[in-house]
Amino acid sequence: MSKVNLENRTGVISGPVSQAGQCLLFLFRMLAGIRFSLTQIQTVMQQTYLIGARSLVIIMICGFFVGMVLSLQAINALEQFGASDQVSVLVGKSLFRELGPVLTALLFAGRAGTSITAEIGLMKATNQIEAMELMAIDPIHRIALPRFAAGLISVPLLTAMFNAMAILGSVVFSIGVMDLDSGIFWSKLQTSIYFQKDFIGGVWKSFVFGGTVSLIAVYFGYSARPTGAGVGTATTNTVVLSSVLILIFDFIMTSFLT
Amino acid sequence: MDESGNNSIKADDPIIRIRDLVFCRGRRTILDGVSMDIQRGSIVAFMGPSGAGKTTILRLISGQLRPDEGTIEINGQLISAMSDRELKLFRRDIGVLLQDGALFTDLTVFENIATPIREHTSLPEPLVRRVVMSKLSAVGLGGTEDRMPHELSGGMARRIAFARSVVLDPDIMLYDEPLTGLDPIAVSTIRRLMRETNNALGLTSVIVTHNVNQISNLVDYCYIIASSRIAGEGAPRDLIDSSDPGVSQFMNGRVEGPIPFHYEPPGAPWRLLD
Ligand SMILES: Nc1ncnc2c1ncn2[C@@H]1O[C@H](COP(=O)(O)OP(=O)(O)OP(=O)(O)O)[C@@H](O)[C@H]1O
Ligand SMILES: [Mg+2]
Repeated sequence: MSKVNLENRTGVISGPVSQAGQCLLFLFRMLAGIRFSLTQIQTVMQQTYLIGARSLVIIMICGFFVGMVLSLQAINALEQFGASDQVSVLVGKSLFRELGPVLTALLFAGRAGTSITAEIGLMKATNQIEAMELMAIDPIHRIALPRFAAGLISVPLLTAMFNAMAILGSVVFSIGVMDLDSGIFWSKLQTSIYFQKDFIGGVWKSFVFGGTVSLIAVYFGYSARPTGAGVGTATTNTVVLSSVLILIFDFIMTSFLT
Repeated sequence: MDESGNNSIKADDPIIRIRDLVFCRGRRTILDGVSMDIQRGSIVAFMGPSGAGKTTILRLISGQLRPDEGTIEINGQLISAMSDRELKLFRRDIGVLLQDGALFTDLTVFENIATPIREHTSLPEPLVRRVVMSKLSAVGLGGTEDRMPHELSGGMARRIAFARSVVLDPDIMLYDEPLTGLDPIAVSTIRRLMRETNNALGLTSVIVTHNVNQISNLVDYCYIIASSRIAGEGAPRDLIDSSDPGVSQFMNGRVEGPIPFHYEPPGAPWRLLD
């Protein structure tokens, strides 16, 4: 019984490349299902609520503490030059440009991406996807598309929440704890953050990250082996690949945006 | 198994017409030269030992799998030649009850049954509600509409899945083990439902089962599938009294006989050397 399984023989290069190709095909099949019908908009809204709201608390808590620790480090460093009143510039720039989009996307991958993969994988393992095909309902349009769209919408919104909470954390630490002047804090923040360069750049990033994480999550869920172990592997792969890609795309986008 | 060997039950114009079907998985031939004609309005059973390929035939009929050789025609249309679009249209007219029900776990019982209606019709909400509730009470589970699937027992879930698969009044119903794991009352309920829907809607039903006794007075015609081919066919009563060794072995549940119990006969590799 020496049976060579040709299907599972993937090389170091050809494996990832064919995966990427299939993932793109999956994306096109998903986009072909966009209808802007009432039911579709409703399901997208429902998924946005489920996915976005589920991640909201963790994003807010993390944002708050990131803002605090950033201010702590910034004040420590700036104090040596007697420039601790510049803290809001440093916090604001690093938040809007980098930390907000990147950390939100990483948290989103861990919190929502995994649950999307596991949910779709389980649907497959329990034949729900097959049942849907048999009802002449395209599961890619019905299951994958709303979750992808919801992720795409949620991540920028969550990034905004993250940034707001981080600024709040910074305010609490710098003004509340370190007794900096609140007028200087806000005016420095206002004058040094540029709408186009800092803010819109960050929004762009968060859209790209949201799309990447959600695409990976739905694709891995959909292509998971329909067993418990298969779903587990797919879930892990979602976190690992999303995190790596977020950081790679972040570098690429930063070098093009600035 | 051509026109020459027809029984009285076979009129002209079969709704499902299978010719010389061959289907392989890897190197294993699951089905090898299966031919059958299923008459409009009849209830037909596929019986056979576990792993014989009964579910596989259902999947071939529903177009989920494509045959390696041979043809499947439904209403004169060749399934294997259908485009994705045609296949989708075709599937609106067949109802499938999967082996484990496969209810959508994120939807309530009501929404589960309503899903095909909402997808394929534009009935107003009150009408959707009426259809769903009538199907629910037909399976004896009125009042469970707001429950989630995980709050149902296995048998209840099967009955809900049954209601969902007939909700669009299909032309052909494919049941994969519809009675396994149900209590005797539920078995009678589902059996009566299958008979009633079949007569009332003039549909054709294909039932996969291994329990001979449960379906013997329900079905019109039986195919016994064993060892990749049709080991026997006929009305249930004729099969029970059949003198064919394979058929009689299966119908009477004997271990000894031409149908092997083992997936691969013990010692198969050595036998190749003979
Ligand atoms: N996805 C698959 N990949 C490979 N082989 C498969 C697959 N599905 C089924 N098989 C093989 O095909 C054969 C027929 O399977 P099938 O599911 O049709 O059996 P069955 O008659 O429905 O059995 P049961 O009564 O246990 O449901 C089995 O021997 C099985 O090993
Ligand atoms: Mg089966």
